[in-house]
Amino acid sequence: MIFRHLFLIPIGIALAAEVPAAEPYLAWRAEPASVPEPLGGLKGDAQRGRAVAANQAQGNCLACHPLPIPEEPFHGEIGPPLAGVGSRLPAVGIRLWVINARLIKPDTIMPAFYLDPKEIYRSDDDHAGRTLLSAQQVEDVVAYLATLK
Amino acid sequence: MIRFLVLLLIPLSLWAGPKSGYEYLTPESRAIQDDDFQNPGMSAVEEGSKLFHAQGEEGHSCATCHGEGGAKLDPRRIAAYPVFGKAQGKPVTLRDRVHICWEERLGNFPLEFDDKNALYLETFVRHLARGEPVNVDVSAELKPFYEMGEKLYRTRLGQFGMTCYHCHDQYPGRKMRAQPLSEGQTNGFPTYRLGSGKVTSLGDRLNECMVSLRAARFEHDSEDYRNLEVYLNARGNGLKIETPAVRY
Repeated sequence: MIFRHLFLIPIGIALAAEVPAAEPYLAWRAEPASVPEPLGGLKGDAQRGRAVAANQAQGNCLACHPLPIPEEPFHGEIGPPLAGVGSRLPAVGIRLWVINARLIKPDTIMPAFYLDPKEIYRSDDDHAGRTLLSAQQVEDVVAYLATLK
Repeated sequence: MIRFLVLLLIPLSLWAGPKSGYEYLTPESRAIQDDDFQNPGMSAVEEGSKLFHAQGEEGHSCATCHGEGGAKLDPRRIAAYPVFGKAQGKPVTLRDRVHICWEERLGNFPLEFDDKNALYLETFVRHLARGEPVNVDVSAELKPFYEMGEKLYRTRLGQFGMTCYHCHDQYPGRKMRAQPLSEGQTNGFPTYRLGSGKVTSLGDRLNECMVSLRAARFEHDSEDYRNLEVYLNARGNGLKIETPAVRY
């Protein structure tokens, strides 16, 4: 009987290996309409940020917002169009929207992409202890959105 | 002039009352639901009908009490589910009622809560009330359960941290990526899903939402889902039952 289950061990290891360990959560400080410092002092990359915004498994900003990403079909109709957001908001303001929009608009549908995992209620096992985006991905998306003038 | 018309339309849309998921379907999808010979959900109704007429361990069938084809079942009472169960001291959903009869009246070995035979029986019975307006009375005993259900409906869940209310009250009719959001009404359940090709219970549909939110699911047979079912059905009071509806 024991042997019947031995073959499951490598499968278990393979599954565990697929999900990288959660990065340590980095604290951030919000002002009324901004997060002045980049997360972890990281520098964002606009090109990578554009990819994160379009990727369905990552930022998926397109789920709700129309964006100037013409090669992707089906932009959502929930949030405001983000073309020109870089002219309307400074990067530090965009950062607060991405990190935790509820601090600006408490009732918003918009997910908080860098919420302290302790504040997440009923996360499923695969995502427990994790933020929606990594600190680097947040900074990349902020850098990308800031270029949309 | 346009502004005036828009201002006029806003209150009109608020008066319109709840909107069935049917209204968010394309004409092609509506046609599938409208024709019993095309609607694949009817196979679950047929399976349920067979079970309804099958003899149980104690020598009789559902039809022995409820009439051939369920003729003695009152569609208005079916449309009133979930009801408050005095013996249980809590809401009893139509699914619960199927299990209670299966075990206590037919004397059969208990089924898993989300067993497909229970789904077929629930689909068959609710189909008997097709066209009947949902009418769940939450003014008395069910009130606290309705309120707990509404609380869950408005709780941010999972890594995405959205509530049911966000998608289904604030943005019905808008698209999330390619998917149009509906009001999340329950009048068509159990419902045939064009995406999966399966007849789906409300509990399974709620679990799909939980997966989308990256939230831990509740058990099918949990008080949380039972309370939510009370809230959702009462929220759709007045909508006609469409079981088995066709949905995406």
